[in-house]
Amino acid sequence: MTDQFEPTIIGFTCNWCSYRAADMAGTARMKYSPNVRLIRLMCSGRLDPTFVFKAFAGGADAVLITGCHPGDCHYVEQNYKALRRYLLLKRVLAQMGIEPQRIKLLWASAAEGAIFAAEINKYVEEVRALGPLHWGKSGNGSKPIVPDEAKESRTEVPA
Amino acid sequence: MTERIGVYVCHCGTNIAGVVDVAEVSRWAGEHLAGQGVVVSRDYKFMCSSLGQELIQKDIKELGLTRVVVAACSPHLHEKTFRNACASADLNPYLCELVSIREQDSWVHTDKSAATDKAKAIISGGVARVAHHEALEPLRVPIHPATLIVGGGIAGIQAALEIADAGYRVYLVEREPSIGGHMAQFDKTFPTLDCSACILTPKMVDAGNHPNITLLTWSEVVKVDGYVGNFAVTINKKARYVNEELCTGCGICWEKCPWKVTDEVFEAGLGKRKVIYVPFPQAVPKYPVIDAENCAYFLKGTCKACEKFCPTDAIDFTQKDEQITVEVGNIILATGYDLFDVRRIPQYGYGRLPNVYTSLEFERLSNAAGPTGGNIVLRDGKTVPKTVGIVHCVGSRDQNYNPYCSVICCMQSLKFAHLVHERTGAEVYNFYIDMRTPFKDYEEFYQRLLAEGTHFVRGKVAEITDFARTPEEEGRMIIQVEDTLIGKQRRIPVDMVILSAGLEPRQDAKEVGKLFGLACGTAGWFIERHPKLDPVATMTEGIFIAGCAQGPKDIPASVAQGAGAAARVLGKIQQKEISLEPVRASINEQQCSGCRICNGLCPFNAILFHEDRMVSEVNPALCQGCGTCVAACPAGAISGTGFSNEQILSQIEGLLLVNVNGKTTEAVPA
Repeated sequence: MTDQFEPTIIGFTCNWCSYRAADMAGTARMKYSPNVRLIRLMCSGRLDPTFVFKAFAGGADAVLITGCHPGDCHYVEQNYKALRRYLLLKRVLAQMGIEPQRIKLLWASAAEGAIFAAEINKYVEEVRALGPLHWGKSGNGSKPIVPDEAKESRTEVPA
Repeated sequence: MTERIGVYVCHCGTNIAGVVDVAEVSRWAGEHLAGQGVVVSRDYKFMCSSLGQELIQKDIKELGLTRVVVAACSPHLHEKTFRNACASADLNPYLCELVSIREQDSWVHTDKSAATDKAKAIISGGVARVAHHEALEPLRVPIHPATLIVGGGIAGIQAALEIADAGYRVYLVEREPSIGGHMAQFDKTFPTLDCSACILTPKMVDAGNHPNITLLTWSEVVKVDGYVGNFAVTINKKARYVNEELCTGCGICWEKCPWKVTDEVFEAGLGKRKVIYVPFPQAVPKYPVIDAENCAYFLKGTCKACEKFCPTDAIDFTQKDEQITVEVGNIILATGYDLFDVRRIPQYGYGRLPNVYTSLEFERLSNAAGPTGGNIVLRDGKTVPKTVGIVHCVGSRDQNYNPYCSVICCMQSLKFAHLVHERTGAEVYNFYIDMRTPFKDYEEFYQRLLAEGTHFVRGKVAEITDFARTPEEEGRMIIQVEDTLIGKQRRIPVDMVILSAGLEPRQDAKEVGKLFGLACGTAGWFIERHPKLDPVATMTEGIFIAGCAQGPKDIPASVAQGAGAAARVLGKIQQKEISLEPVRASINEQQCSGCRICNGLCPFNAILFHEDRMVSEVNPALCQGCGTCVAACPAGAISGTGFSNEQILSQIEGLLLVNVNGKTTEAVPA
């Protein structure tokens, strides 16, 4: 292992397209950087912004969100909702002092294993150039972003 | 930690073990993840083999495992295998998690130590996630045996007959006054030159008379509620102003009606029809419709000729639109296509040059039951053309209009060329980009046309004009084209031009798609579940597509899809009930503030709002489990089974336990 910085990237995939693209990249033995760890969601629309903050708080250097191409969503149009959240997240992250490049949205159909692998390689290099995030280690960032107390207090709000 | 978790690392022969140090991974999981509840960690050559499965089952029984993590291949391959293995050892199948260290690790990485570290991270993510799994049961819903078919063209008729013949009720909805669709307008069908009406009308009659088919013509679907197996569909039956119980279809009314209008639908604007009419003589059902927009009674309050002459008193001017609701288990959409509007290519002169025809107009012109009785004549009604030009690919395979091939135009143009040649002896020029004759007996038909002496010019027509440059062009239309086979510009004078217009999705396909919860592709056709392996099912359970609604196709392919969709529906009906993956959203009413943000996010209308209690509720059978509402709820009141916040957040933590450089970070407090 050389001394070069190895970023850790959490990738969210859609069960119907990008997760299958990852499967396809595997079946076709396409090689890509081992820096990405994938999480399967049913849809990119499931992506709760909290997941992204949690990943950064836990030590990830970048987050990759992948979904079906526009118009191809398994759930009609939920990838557009992921797109909206992604655009908002970029702005929120910037306000929190995180470079907006540390989050990326990629459309990948189940047939696009090659694109998926190539984009991961490209992104790992981009994040490597950005350097480590060090967010989780400063202050009390290692604590969950949404404290449990906040969740409990919500229940008291009258319906 | 109260859970007792077993971790099973698969070698997959050398597929995984060749790159990942499986023994080390297994040892590490047993040691480092003990704090997370891992009580046993093993590696084995082939976990999916019966011996591998028995290993897991034995541990479940002997060690009292409450959760199982298998690190092997993609869940799309063996998730069912391991879930079933757990189920037969009396562990709820949904308490098992399969994580992929093959497709996502050993197969895509070459650095063995990095791959081993990644395998550890993936397993750590799986262990953290599985602790939050819940025991689930698949959802079982009964299937109503009736079927709704939307669109009474050949695809819809075929589907209706197949299902009705099997003994089940079919509601066939058609928005025009008669079933038959585009095929009823055609004269001949390629390549056999069968008379279209001769092969279609018997099927129409069968559908009309079938005891299991309820025909709902002059009707449109306005609302779809429910979910697979249990749809409630509201259909608007437009007022016919004719009592179907009393009408015998004798035809006296349309004989006596003194008012004529241009028939823009069935005769494609070439012929006229009465204001009370059936679109064509063999229409099914045989009852006429009064066109209220043009009827003298509705416009001026006088006339009523039809009422006076009707021998059975079937005319009823007081009739109103009627909404009926039918319950069905499955739906087939066979809504067909619209013709490309050739006016969008002004240089082809349609509408400006009288003797430029659309393909549908020519179908009516050549039809023995059409406005000219099958005589191929110019718009003046008597001149027989001496030279005819047929332009292929009008609006198709053109980046300015539709990039796709409309499939039928080459063969249709060949058919036109044959009919013109046969009936008028005229010289025929076909202008094509590529000749596409891919199916049974199609190429032979092309060869036959070549032998008949039809001229084929390979090139895209640039312009059709009446501006003559030479005396012999005077008074005729000139087709300007680059003949790409000889590399020359040509000007070919003709008397008649037929534009073989492409097929387009219905103008309202998007709205119809929304009504039924279907998506349209970039070109606008409904998207099938899988383009190759599942062409008639859709992503919405219980809704199938057939015919041109799915994409351009010819009659044999439409019939095949109609029958195929019917077979799929019959398969569902026979199962009597359907089990659905329990990946569903549910709302905690205590936490719901009634903000309704989730209501508008659901593309399946699965979230209903209770006005009285001011809370939203998810219908579990309608919910498809995408989880968008779960992520959007500002109160955190919605949870998604199978992919809950706790599961995902723990998995993120678990995945980050091992750095890429192999260092184990301190566990992040949960």
